Amino acid sequence: MAEQPCVDLSKTEEILASYPHEEPSLIQVLQDVHRAYNYLPCDVLVRVAMVLDVPLAKVFSVSTFYKAFSLEPQGDTIIKVCTGTACHIRGAGQLVEELERKLGIGADETTEDLKFTVKTVNCVGACAMAPVMIVGEKYWGSAKPARMSKYLAEGGHDEN
Amino acid sequence: MRIESKDQFDALRTEAKKLEDSHKRKILVCCGTGCLATGAKEVAESFAKEIEERGLDVEVGLGVKSTGCHGFCERGPLVVFQPEGLLYTKVQAKRVPEIIEKTILGEELIPGLLYKNPADNERIPAYEEIPFYKNQVRVAMRNIGRIDPTDLMDAIAHDAYTGVAKALFEMTPDEVLDEVEVSGQRGRGGAGFYTARKWRSCKAAPGDRRFVLCNGDEGDPGAFKDRSIMEGDPHSVLEGMIIGACALGAHEGFIYVRDEYPLAVVNLQVAIVEARKLGLLGENIMGSGFDFDIQISRGGGAFVCGESSALMRSLAGKTGEPRAKYVHSTEKGLFDLPTVLNNVETWAGIGAIIHHGGAWFAAMGTKKSKGTKAFSLVGKVKNTGLIELPMGTTLRHIIFDIGGGVLKDRPFKAVQTGGPSGGCIPEDLLDLPVDYEKLTEAGSMMGSGGMIVMDDRTCMVDVARYFLGFLTEESCGKCTPCREGLKQMLAIYDALIEGRGREGDIEKIEALANGMQLGSLCELGKSAPNPVLSTLKYFRSEYEAHIRDRACPAGICRELTAFEIMDDCDGCHVCFKACPTEAIEGTIKELHVIHQDLCISCGACLDVCPTDSIRTLPKIELASREVV
Repeated sequence: MAEQPCVDLSKTEEILASYPHEEPSLIQVLQDVHRAYNYLPCDVLVRVAMVLDVPLAKVFSVSTFYKAFSLEPQGDTIIKVCTGTACHIRGAGQLVEELERKLGIGADETTEDLKFTVKTVNCVGACAMAPVMIVGEKYWGSAKPARMSKYLAEGGHDEN
Repeated sequence: MRIESKDQFDALRTEAKKLEDSHKRKILVCCGTGCLATGAKEVAESFAKEIEERGLDVEVGLGVKSTGCHGFCERGPLVVFQPEGLLYTKVQAKRVPEIIEKTILGEELIPGLLYKNPADNERIPAYEEIPFYKNQVRVAMRNIGRIDPTDLMDAIAHDAYTGVAKALFEMTPDEVLDEVEVSGQRGRGGAGFYTARKWRSCKAAPGDRRFVLCNGDEGDPGAFKDRSIMEGDPHSVLEGMIIGACALGAHEGFIYVRDEYPLAVVNLQVAIVEARKLGLLGENIMGSGFDFDIQISRGGGAFVCGESSALMRSLAGKTGEPRAKYVHSTEKGLFDLPTVLNNVETWAGIGAIIHHGGAWFAAMGTKKSKGTKAFSLVGKVKNTGLIELPMGTTLRHIIFDIGGGVLKDRPFKAVQTGGPSGGCIPEDLLDLPVDYEKLTEAGSMMGSGGMIVMDDRTCMVDVARYFLGFLTEESCGKCTPCREGLKQMLAIYDALIEGRGREGDIEKIEALANGMQLGSLCELGKSAPNPVLSTLKYFRSEYEAHIRDRACPAGICRELTAFEIMDDCDGCHVCFKACPTEAIEGTIKELHVIHQDLCISCGACLDVCPTDSIRTLPKIELASREVV
């Protein structure tokens, strides 16, 4: 196994250094890794398993159990469409469909140019503004399919 | 500075109150997630800038505060002016100079920013006169919207940590337990287990090391009270946990927060750091000799982790799979040691209970459900937002007086409470006083306090299918009744909404539901049939219409529903623009028409039509018409 890892592991080392090397740190470490790389690269998982002394199979099991983790590279901008109950009855489904028409991808898919990933999430706790869509860090309340181009163009940037 | 004694704490509290009073006038800008999305941060920044530039801080003693969620998210960004108690809604940053000029310096109201009561179109200036706020009694949310959650001194000025001081210096751990017992408080996470009973059973368990945990994995879709508490008053959560730890003799605590709540994580972190600095958390709290510290753990996004044993496994870095209930977590919880796990709202109430006394809390509410309860009122209701009310308030009062009634004054159909474990309550039960027992009797649940109002344009079969879809995705897969039962039920529901339903389907659903209730390992599976059974109980005719008539009475299920423009269409062209498939044809001011072959029955046209000139009809009816 002398193969060179294809991702930069220095960020992983930094993250690992800030947690106790034991199993309870696993989820927290994976969350930081996910934030740093935008997904969980395989090489990183191997390293995490080794350092925390957790079997790789268990690391993989945790990585696939929780919704927050992806083993595939994600787009630069993550679009989250809330499909909580309040959003559902106020038309969240139409937002997902409009995204499919606009970007050609469905839920949990990423555009080929790695620009966008569409995710449906179970309630972001902003039910009063249902339906809600989050483009990057920007929340759009009472979102309407007809305004989708605006959301996509302005997402990520925090301007009103 | 570190607080080393109760006297020092009291002195600090006096100082904090003085600091608070130094600002004679205050502007409170709501910076909850809802208002932030509509530009609250910019509003707060502009106020701060204007105050500084004009020197109003010194001149009129004006201060601005970014607070947590005021609850009335629908009308955000919200700004409250103290001491007048004036509320401005939908405030944008560009209007700030005008507000300073007119309202602050000129003492003149700006009518356009005042809340307009949908009942009579009357504008109401005073925060406390608005029906949404008027009827509330706040315990767990006592300081939300009043304090800057990132400012510990502000929290102390509003009585934060007084409960801790009392518990540590004036009471024995057993007296703390007794006080909580007197309050009659029950778990606010949904199941409603008595807090004191849970604590006592943990305390009785053998062992030297025990844990105090906070469940902030608010997973029920449609509920966001815990988010608002953690964001808006994180100190209330810390205070409750410290008191609990003191009663139990625990020294380690964890708060498990959903990763989807980034602001809650940040505000809790800030609160923990600040509290440690002052000696309110960590070693030798307030010089009492008692040690207790708290760590935050971010969840991985799994609904099942709201279940106690799954949450504890997740905290230990494992997958969140529940275990059988005969092992009590109060005896063998986190790392197999005695553990108390309470919900965010439960912890937030503890400080107030100790400060004011258990009897004060027990004086509110019903016979078996004491105190107040936070609810998120959402869905098709006019005033959506977060409220806290005494237990026993009727659904009608909540939905129609506080909530202002159904959106667009459409007919009320049902209210869904308790999230995926709850059920739908129909109109004839609207006078039900809301408490743990009454909701359970009605086939629903208290759950996380989510109340989702549904109108006649909500299909109950679709709602039940929605929850099944949710749970199928979130079931951990460990036990068969839950994993397979959900899957099979979902398949039947898919057939129902697509017009492939058959006689006998309802009975099959009922049999599966029964099996899941009996055989599932944890509450997720056991309560999963609730949305199904409650809709079947109260809205059976809708199911029958889907099966026998191939019709969706609410006009939601697409495979069964067609849309048609009626003759009173005035040709405003709005639907033309809303249609995603260009199925609508028509020129302005003339009758429009929907091309059925292009229409995907999404209903976008009906939602935007200002004259209600679009109607739904069963597809089957349309087909028969064409044959004729």
